[in-house]
Amino acid sequence: MSATVAEHGHVERTSSPVLEFLRTYVFSLDHKVIGIQFLFSTLFWLVIGGLLALGIRWQLAWPWTPLPVIGKLLFPAEGGQMPPEFYTMLFTMHASIMIFFVVIPILAGAFGNFLIPLMIGAEDMAFPVLNMLSYWVMWPAFICMIASFFVEGGAAAAGWTAYPPLSAVEAAAPASGAGQTLWLWGVIFVGISSMLGSVNYMTTIIQMRAPGMTLFRMPMTIWGMFITAILQAFALPVLTAALFMLVLDRTLGTGFFVPEGVIINNAQAGAGGGQPLLWQHLFWFYSHPAVYIMILPAMGMVSDIVSTFSRKPLFGYKPMVFAIAGIAGLGFIVWGHHMFMSGMNPYLGLTFMLSTIMIALPSAVKTFNWLATIWGGRIQFTAAMLFALGFVSMFIIGGLSGIFMAATPVDIMIHDTYYIVAHFHYVLFGGTMLAVFGGIHYWFPKMFGRMMNEFWGKVHFVLTFIFLNGVFYPMHLVGAAGFPRRLADPYHYEAFAHLLPINQFMTISAILLGLSQLIFFGNLFYSLFWGPRVGRNPWKANSLEWSAPSPPGHGNFDFQPIVYRGPYEYSSPEVDEDYYPQVQPPPEKAKVAEQPAD
Amino acid sequence: MGRIWSLFFLLVPILGTITIVAAPYYDHWLPKDVSAEGYQVDHLFNFILWITGIVFIGTEVALFWFMWKYDAEKNDQPAKYTHGSHHLEIVWTLLPAVTLLFMAIYQMNAWAEHKIKKPQVAPLAEVTARQFEWRIRYPGPDGKFDTPDDIYDVNLLVVPVDEVVLINLRSMDVLHSFFLPNLRVKQDALPGRVIPVWFRAVEQGDYDLVCAELCGWGHYKMKGRLRVVSREEYEAHLQKLSREQEATQ
Repeated sequence: MSATVAEHGHVERTSSPVLEFLRTYVFSLDHKVIGIQFLFSTLFWLVIGGLLALGIRWQLAWPWTPLPVIGKLLFPAEGGQMPPEFYTMLFTMHASIMIFFVVIPILAGAFGNFLIPLMIGAEDMAFPVLNMLSYWVMWPAFICMIASFFVEGGAAAAGWTAYPPLSAVEAAAPASGAGQTLWLWGVIFVGISSMLGSVNYMTTIIQMRAPGMTLFRMPMTIWGMFITAILQAFALPVLTAALFMLVLDRTLGTGFFVPEGVIINNAQAGAGGGQPLLWQHLFWFYSHPAVYIMILPAMGMVSDIVSTFSRKPLFGYKPMVFAIAGIAGLGFIVWGHHMFMSGMNPYLGLTFMLSTIMIALPSAVKTFNWLATIWGGRIQFTAAMLFALGFVSMFIIGGLSGIFMAATPVDIMIHDTYYIVAHFHYVLFGGTMLAVFGGIHYWFPKMFGRMMNEFWGKVHFVLTFIFLNGVFYPMHLVGAAGFPRRLADPYHYEAFAHLLPINQFMTISAILLGLSQLIFFGNLFYSLFWGPRVGRNPWKANSLEWSAPSPPGHGNFDFQPIVYRGPYEYSSPEVDEDYYPQVQPPPEKAKVAEQPAD
Repeated sequence: MGRIWSLFFLLVPILGTITIVAAPYYDHWLPKDVSAEGYQVDHLFNFILWITGIVFIGTEVALFWFMWKYDAEKNDQPAKYTHGSHHLEIVWTLLPAVTLLFMAIYQMNAWAEHKIKKPQVAPLAEVTARQFEWRIRYPGPDGKFDTPDDIYDVNLLVVPVDEVVLINLRSMDVLHSFFLPNLRVKQDALPGRVIPVWFRAVEQGDYDLVCAELCGWGHYKMKGRLRVVSREEYEAHLQKLSREQEATQ
C-alpha cells in the first residue's frame, strides 16, 4: 500500500520526512487514505469480535468446561472455565464490537469514504478535515472499549441493547461497574464519528458530482451511502441524547430510566422517577434505522457487482432506488417491533406490526430485481460475483425469517430466542459481511493497484458459505424450540436439554468459519505487496472510479470526468465492447470532442 | 465452472428445505403446546412458514437456474440489453403487497386474544421477578392480595388445568421476561408496572418457566416451574402451603 500510494501522494510538499509521513498516512486528509484506515481498523476489530463469538460458542457447546488455550490464563481461580458473568460480557461485547466497530464503520467509513468521491467524480470529500476527524474520533471509542476490558468488574455485560435498570444501576450488575460507563462513552464517540461522516457524505453527494452526474446516474452504491447518511443524521441525535441520559443515571444518579421502588440486595436502588421503556424507545429509534445503515450500502455494492459481472444493465434501477428510499422511510416507524413483549401498549404493537410487515415489500422488490439482473446476462463467476450472489441467496433467508417476528403472535414464541439470532446473522453475516468480502475483492485493485488472488478468494467463499450456514441455519430450529438468547447454560431447562448436540455442531462450524477467514487475511496481505499490478479497469466496469488510475492519486482523476450516461450500460448496442464507461463520449459527441476546446 | 457454482447454490434450497421438514421429527421445532390458545401462534407460524417457504424455494431455484443458464462460458447468446420492465415491477410489488397486507390483518385477532382481551377473572397469583428467582404470591382464601392470608412460594407456580389463569406480573429490580414455551406465553416484567398475563393450560404436568430477558450474570439460572394440576390438587397444594406458612410464623 505504502509504495503505491506514495507514488501519487502529495510528495511534492517540502517538510521533514516524519511530518510528511504523518500527513500522508496518519493524519491524512485524503478520502482514500481515510477509507483504507477505516478498512484496516474495522478488519482488526472483526478479528476481535470473531474471537469473542467463539468464546460464546464454546460455552454453548461445552458449558462449564475449561476454555481451551486461554482458559487457565483468564480464569485461574475457576480452573479455566468461564464464569457466567464473563459469558454475559462476551455476548455484550461481541455484538457491540461487531455493530459499532465493524459493520457500521466498514460500510460507511471504509467503503463510503473510498468510493463516494471516486464514483461521483469528485476530487475529495467536501470537508476533508471533518473527514479525517471522523476517523480519529473512532480512537477514543476504541480506547474506551479496550480499557473497559481491564477495569474492575470487566467490560459491559448488560447486552448491546443496554436495557436499564440493569445497565443503569451498578448494584444490578456487580460484574460491570466502570465498564458499562466506558461502553456508553465509546458508543457516544462512535456516534460523533458517524455524524461527522454523515454530514460530509450528504454534502459531497449533493454538491460535488461531476458534470453530467445527475442523481439518477449515480451507482446504487452511492444511493445506499447517501440514504444511509440521511438515516444517520436523523436517528443519531436521539441515540446520543439517550446515551448521555444513561451516563448521567450512572454517574450522577439522575434517574431518567429507573422507576421508583427498585430493590436490589434488599436496598433501594436508583433515584426513581424514571421509565425503563423510555430507553427502549429512544434506543430503538436509532438502532432500528441502524439495521438499515448496516445493510443499505451493502445492497448498493451488491447491485453494482451483480450488474458488472452479469454484463447487463441493472434491472429496474429506479425501482431499486425507490426501494432503498422506501426501506429508509419505513425504517423510522418500525422500531417498536423490538418491543412487542416489553409491556408497551399492545395496541401500539399492532401498528408497529403493520409497518414492519410492509417493510418486507421493498426488500422483496430488490431481491426480484437482482434476480432479473442476472437473468439473460453473461455471468462471470469471479470471487466478487460469488460473494454478491451469496449475499442474494443469504439475504433471501434473512429477509424471509424477519416476517415471522414481525407477526406479533408468532413473536410471542420466538422473541429473545435463537430464532432472532439466526435472523440477524443471516442479514449481517450472510448479507453484509459477504457483500463486504465481495466489495473488497471488487475494489481492491482500485484501492491498491493490485489484484487479489481469485483462486484463494473462491476457496474463501466456498468455506465461508458452507460454515456460515452450518453456524446460523440450525439457530432457526433451536429458536423455534424456544431456546433463549443470552443464557450461559440453557441445558438445565427440561425443554432445552436435548438441544446440546446441535449446538455442538454449530460451534464446530463456527470454529471452522473462523479458521476459513485466515485464507481471506492471507490473501489480503499477500496481495497488498505481491498481487499482480493492474490497469485502470480490470473488470471492464462502467462507473467513474474505473476511469481513474489504480490507485488514484491525490485529487483522484487525471482528467476532468464528464458523465454521459448511467453506470449500468453493459452490452449496449451503441458500442462494440460489452461495457460503456460513464465518461466515454457517445460516438457523435466524440467527433466534437476531437476539435480543440475553447 | 459456472455449472458447478450454480449447483453449489442449489444446495441452499435443497438442504434448507430438508432441514426444516425433518426438524419436527427430531423434536428440534416448536415444543409441545399444552395451552388452549397456543394453537393460534403455531397456526400463524406454520402459515407464514408455508408462504415464506414457497418464496424461499422459488427465488433460490430461480437464482440457481439463472446462474446455470446464463453462465458466460456456456451461454452463446449476447446479454439482454434491458433496463427493466414496468409490468414486472408492478406485478412483483403488488403481489407481495397484497400477501403481506393479508398476513398483517389475518394475525390481529390472535394478538388480541393473547395480549389485549384481558379475561374478566380475578388474578390467580402475582408473580414478582427478581434477580434471580420468581416470587409467587396467591391471594389466599379471601381472594385479595395484601391481606394476612396471602400465600407465598418461590419458583413454583401451580395452576388448575382447564381454567383461564390470570397472573399479575411484576419485577422488583431489573427487566425479566416470563416465558412459558409450552404455553406460548411470553411477557417482559417491568419494575414499577403490573402487567397482566393470561393463559389456559389444558394438560396436567410440569413445564419450564424461563426468564427470557437478560437480567444479569445469573440470568441463566433464573428457572421456575409451572405445575398444571386438577382443581382439587390445586386447592390441596394451596392449603398445604398455607399450613406450612403458619407453622413457621
